[in-house]
Amino acid sequence: MAAVAEPVLEIADLKKHFQVGGALSRNGGTVYAVDGVSLTIQPGEMVGLVGESGSGKTTVANCIVRLLEPTAGTIKLKGRDITRLSRRRLRPLRREMHIVFQDPYSSLNPRLTVGQIVGEPLRMHALARGRELDRRVEELFDRVGLRAELRYRYPHELSGGQRQRVGLARALSVSPSLLIADEPVSALDVSVQASILNLLRDLQDELGFSCLFITHDLATVEFLCDRVAVMYLGKVVELASRQELFAHPKHPYTQALLSAAVTPDPEVQRGRKRIVLEGDIPSPMTPPSGCPFRTRCPLEPQSAPRSHDEEPVLRDVGHGHFVACHLVEPGGAAPLLVDPVEGAA
Amino acid sequence: MTAPLLEVTDLSVRFDTDDGSVHAVDRLSYTLALGEVLGLVGESGCGKSVSALSLLGLLPQTATVTGKASFDGTDLLEVSARQLRRIRGREISFVFQEPMTSLNPVFTVGKQISEVLRRHLDLSSRQARRRTIELLKLVRIPAAERRVEEYPHQLSGGMRQRVMIAMALACDPKILIADEPTTALDVTIQAGILDLMRDLRERLGTAIVLITHNLGVVADIADRVVVMYAGRKAEEAPVRELFANPQHPYTIGLLNAIPRLGEEGNGRVRLQEIPGRVPSLSEPLDHCAFADRCPRADDLTRSHVPDLERVGPEHLVACFHPGGEWRR
Repeated sequence: MAAVAEPVLEIADLKKHFQVGGALSRNGGTVYAVDGVSLTIQPGEMVGLVGESGSGKTTVANCIVRLLEPTAGTIKLKGRDITRLSRRRLRPLRREMHIVFQDPYSSLNPRLTVGQIVGEPLRMHALARGRELDRRVEELFDRVGLRAELRYRYPHELSGGQRQRVGLARALSVSPSLLIADEPVSALDVSVQASILNLLRDLQDELGFSCLFITHDLATVEFLCDRVAVMYLGKVVELASRQELFAHPKHPYTQALLSAAVTPDPEVQRGRKRIVLEGDIPSPMTPPSGCPFRTRCPLEPQSAPRSHDEEPVLRDVGHGHFVACHLVEPGGAAPLLVDPVEGAA
Repeated sequence: MTAPLLEVTDLSVRFDTDDGSVHAVDRLSYTLALGEVLGLVGESGCGKSVSALSLLGLLPQTATVTGKASFDGTDLLEVSARQLRRIRGREISFVFQEPMTSLNPVFTVGKQISEVLRRHLDLSSRQARRRTIELLKLVRIPAAERRVEEYPHQLSGGMRQRVMIAMALACDPKILIADEPTTALDVTIQAGILDLMRDLRERLGTAIVLITHNLGVVADIADRVVVMYAGRKAEEAPVRELFANPQHPYTIGLLNAIPRLGEEGNGRVRLQEIPGRVPSLSEPLDHCAFADRCPRADDLTRSHVPDLERVGPEHLVACFHPGGEWRR
């Protein structure tokens, strides 16, 4: 392996807690939306952050770009701690990271033409103006597969897929080192999803940026990402390379999630054994003691009472495969909920 | 084979708006047998939801519905509003995508389910309450006795969808129309709802029209599938046949566009795209609706509308050049 380059992003023990309700409110309390997440992204790496609604994945993204102020922890962008930088000092660094949002309908300014939207970051960072700006915008449109004449249109005149291309062109206009894509295709139709996912892969090959790809869809992560982090109730419960995670999922939650994903093939789908989890995700206002997953874990009888008293730490169990579960020992086999051979039959 | 429970023939829906008309559904026909799960698949705007809403008179005044929908000897499109009210919720009921907006926030879930029972079955409030608790148990809501007293906002998304299904099942309907019932839910919750629907079909013999864009969900639960494109039926086949031997280039395109778990080449391959976009439906088309996006399009495709042709015992396809050039 070549010398290890400096990571593009290093998150350490990130926490974001929200206070809800007032002192006089009966329902007041603290929402532990993100509760101790650590994650590193190397140059050119595509990392998937997977989890169900309420797991805190979007909050992580919003903390990284400082749309939210982290409660605790540090965020380093190319080695520089940006956690507490003032808005003004952060501004020049905004070139280095950009975010693309889920909803292409509400994330573009409706009063600007899409050409202006794409050119705005270049203008703001004083990287181009006048003719040069026009030329760069035209180039960006070409790169994301939009016809140049669409520049003069407004967002509402474009389809969802076209808007998401505008979002990508804008994000990539200043050649950031890190792209954060928060469910960029979930609002789109299947056939349009394919073209945006292909585009994202092509652009990444071509431009070499790092990417944090946030989604609830495991198949998309397997298609796109190099490494995968699985979140549950504000914490990362498993982190491994794509090959490792999908071939040998170790955390019971990851196994359940994989078993519940539907695949468009009746022969395969109907032969699969599903792990149906009991109950719902606990409220992040009152997370369970010990292991966050224990209230729904089918292996809870085996992990109790330890899982009630002690929170499992995310640790390397071999070859960079990190798991936070009391039942997974370093070097040892993971407890299997579904026999992989039988499950795939 | 016995006579179908529901037989939809040449159903067309047109919306007349200030900006002109939209031909949302164009001569759609299908049948639904007792205890069958029919998947109605397609992307946004293909007419799958509108076609279902039109059956129960749930479309706005701007819609013109023509065709025939025979259910139990009556034509749903002909009956009086009063008769339709009796059928709706009792014989045929609906589950919508967004349980939060379909439940009334100011009434407890118990009250909302009881209302259906009292209205259609004329039960006393005590009987209705007992039956409501039974229904909540049927859809596997834990602590049903306590849940009846709760308001929709106190329930999670998965629980709300179960309440919607319980309400839809209140009068033992013969047909359940479920419009994207799991789309707003997480996969672990979706798995539970799919198991529940499978179970209901097996235990109560409820026939289900499942409207979805998710081919994985269809692969999981449907018996037969109708693929819709631009308001028309593009292809219809039993589920295994459709996935093993798709014939319409649109069906094939959709199947190839989806990333799949455990697929060889994940991390390297590209997905197949369907270029272009859905045609405007402001006028009835005089050519194949898919022609502009189709790799097999030719002069015939661009000048004529393909009829549904039989390519297998129960396999229909509306394409001049059907065939299974099939990537995977």
